[in-house]
Amino acid sequence: MNKESLLYISKRDSIPWYKSWLIRGIAIVLALIFCGVITMLLTGLNPLQVFSTIFYGAFGKARKTWVTVQKLAILLGIALAITPAFKMRFWNIGAEGQVLIGCLASASCMITLGGKVPNAAQVAICLLASLAAGAIWGFLPAFFKAKWETNETLFTLMMNYIAMQLAAYFIIVWEVPKGSGNIGIINQVSEAGWLPVLKLPLIGEHKYLLTIVVVALLTVVMFVYLKYSKHGYEISVVGESHRTASYAGIKVDRVIIRTMVLSGAICGLVGFLLVSGIDHTLTTTLVGGRGFTAVMVSWLAKFNPIFMVFTSLLLVILERGATEISSTFSLNASFADILTGVILFFIIGSDFFTTYQLHFRKARKEAK
Amino acid sequence: METVKNAVRMENITKRFGTKVVANKSVNLELHEGEILSLLGENGSGKTTLMNMLSGIYHPDEGQIYIHDKPVTISSPKDAFDNGIGMIHQHFKLVDVFTATENIVLGLPGKLDLKESSRKIREICERYGFDIDPNQKIYNMSVSQKQTVEIVKVLFRGADILILDEPTAVLTPQETDNLFRIMRNMQKDGKSLIIITHKLHEVLAVSDRVAILRKGEYIGDVMTKNADQQSLTDMMVGRRVSLNINRPAPVDPKPRLVVEHLTAYDELGVKRLDDVSFTANSGEVLGIAGIAGSGQRELLEAIAGLYPVKEGTIRFYDPDVDYSDPNKKPIDLVGMDPMTIRKAGVAMSFVPEDRLGMGLVGTMGMTGNMLLRSWRKTKGLFVSRKEPEAMAKRIWQELDVVTPSTNYPVRRLSGGNVQKVLVGREIAQEPAVLMTAYAVRGLDINTSYTIYNLLTEQKLKGRAVIYVGEDLDVLLELCDRIVVLCGGQVSGVVDGRTITKEEIGLLMTQHRGGTSHE
Repeated sequence: MNKESLLYISKRDSIPWYKSWLIRGIAIVLALIFCGVITMLLTGLNPLQVFSTIFYGAFGKARKTWVTVQKLAILLGIALAITPAFKMRFWNIGAEGQVLIGCLASASCMITLGGKVPNAAQVAICLLASLAAGAIWGFLPAFFKAKWETNETLFTLMMNYIAMQLAAYFIIVWEVPKGSGNIGIINQVSEAGWLPVLKLPLIGEHKYLLTIVVVALLTVVMFVYLKYSKHGYEISVVGESHRTASYAGIKVDRVIIRTMVLSGAICGLVGFLLVSGIDHTLTTTLVGGRGFTAVMVSWLAKFNPIFMVFTSLLLVILERGATEISSTFSLNASFADILTGVILFFIIGSDFFTTYQLHFRKARKEAK
Repeated sequence: METVKNAVRMENITKRFGTKVVANKSVNLELHEGEILSLLGENGSGKTTLMNMLSGIYHPDEGQIYIHDKPVTISSPKDAFDNGIGMIHQHFKLVDVFTATENIVLGLPGKLDLKESSRKIREICERYGFDIDPNQKIYNMSVSQKQTVEIVKVLFRGADILILDEPTAVLTPQETDNLFRIMRNMQKDGKSLIIITHKLHEVLAVSDRVAILRKGEYIGDVMTKNADQQSLTDMMVGRRVSLNINRPAPVDPKPRLVVEHLTAYDELGVKRLDDVSFTANSGEVLGIAGIAGSGQRELLEAIAGLYPVKEGTIRFYDPDVDYSDPNKKPIDLVGMDPMTIRKAGVAMSFVPEDRLGMGLVGTMGMTGNMLLRSWRKTKGLFVSRKEPEAMAKRIWQELDVVTPSTNYPVRRLSGGNVQKVLVGREIAQEPAVLMTAYAVRGLDINTSYTIYNLLTEQKLKGRAVIYVGEDLDVLLELCDRIVVLCGGQVSGVVDGRTITKEEIGLLMTQHRGGTSHE
């Protein structure tokens, strides 16, 4: 009997960068082909038409492009926020709650202080409140992890629900009109606490521009912070091994807490941008699962802030295109989710081929 | 003369891992019926891989195995048992809360009859001279008793071909002698045995024949009676190696590190160090001997500020301070963490046992790992890579580290190169005290001697070197004085030049039982 299989798998020692990008490229092409086949089989539509509609949905008009870039900025911002924690192997899946609590902090400042202080001060107070709220949401799980080794995944996940319930409660408190369960646009007339419209040469002015610029700066800062700063080095060492870190004189507890406070504060900042800069309202679904999508953005980019621009762009285009095709072809929105799922499946699956290698064995004659 | 019958014949066995690593290359090995064969080779020469193919853990990529001259396919440990092959692994596979009998019958088909099994086990024990109680629980047993249970387990299942993978690594010299006696009893009973080892004197003591592997290839075999340590080493390494360690006299020894009444507990409240006292002098190599888990790790980590100390003092005497001045006092390191120790001006280097889990960051290159010692020295928010880069390049050159670049992740390097990076970095700190734990574990002979020489060099520079080792022969050749630990206590501080291996072996087990091992 010959029990050997004809195929075996081994781990690669290393892979040149062009090869790994080639594999990812192939994965995306295959994903698109596969999506095309599915589209034809399930809907009978021309897949090229569907793809071009997706692209149109994301970049078809100037307004659509602005929204796409704005959504990109928010998703990227959250991904940047959780990256230091993830590099430290602190599985912070509480970005959803950390952003939402930041949103709540900004909204509450806007509602309670609306018009009572000068606008610059109003914006600054909103910002500080959001940073502090996010930081607290990051501090709590880190403190318990550092002191008593609690499980950060569960802890951060639970904190999401607390943030959600708090937001739900205050929405009822501040609802306008009473009984509607909505806050509506905050300070619609006075625009108190709203981020100013930024005007840049060449690009012009747009209400989303400031948010986009802030996240762009944040990307560069985060890249430098992780790669060249002492803190970044400490985070890498702690992520690799707590024992090595203590051996090198790094205070592990302090690094965990500090990094999570930073991570939470950046989430808070994104919350502030969402409320003050973009939506000017508060709902429990304002973050809309982006706290979790950001985990994927960060992982797909291998925690590199620059690569994250591309991974978040991909996800945002897919999401924007999904809305477009569901309205254009009057397809169920779930169909777009199927396409997104297929594409992610292929991209994540390509990771297998960059880490492992397949070998085919020629069939051998059976030993007599 | 009768023709020899082969219990095992392995023909052209090749095993690859991945595309690059060839663990065994066209190996031909024979085990004659009723002989003890030593399988000798350096770490990474493919001994264990080869044997794992006999015991059904791996399957060869190419080649054929014959058992008693019949071709067989061994695809699982069960196939191996069916062919009468039993392997005793380096790491025991026993259920702690079961008795010996329960462990032995575990997984056997048929009706469970513990009484009958116990009787059969007693019979086996009497026949070969094992000393275990079948009804004793595993967690109450010593390491050597656990090993005995493993051996009885394979005999119980009717194995007539036994493979022992580095069985003496965890034993004292006395226990080793006992094991060898049992092996000969089994041989007399017609069993065929293979012992995997890299310790030459054991090869010479127990086996009839030696087969040698080098870098996955079968080099040849010799009858033990025609071999000696030097000839075996030469075959194992492939060229002539000097087996002498140079031991110059200590240089102006003065107390550098005085440990007194040190007591420490682990997080479960088990006493790991019990009233430990000794002095490490400058200009000498102080050895620390003991069975694995006797408190060696805890002792070094306590000195380095990484293990909580309950009682006692660790006083450091700075070489640049004149202690005849009554105002000058040595620094007590107890209660300090690694950073405060360094800030207090105590130049201490530490090569920990767990290289990639404590001493180095596996995913970083040499430069990143040099940074581990210097990252805080520069001012400002950013780390400076210039100096560490220079240091990495220096160590790369001076110690012949095999790596494509100073940024290549160190976890991808071989064990010997990893250790060179770590030892190189620690020596480059110009320490007053250099502590090393199992500095040569897993290294080839050549690299081992490089490390011994580096340590002796440090001693000649007037540094206090603390060497925790497991190979008694090396401890006796390298160290000026030896502290023997047993169950967390110091059972003796002896002169490395006059003590014998047997005497140390006795000290290693003297206070046994006070603390549980593992």
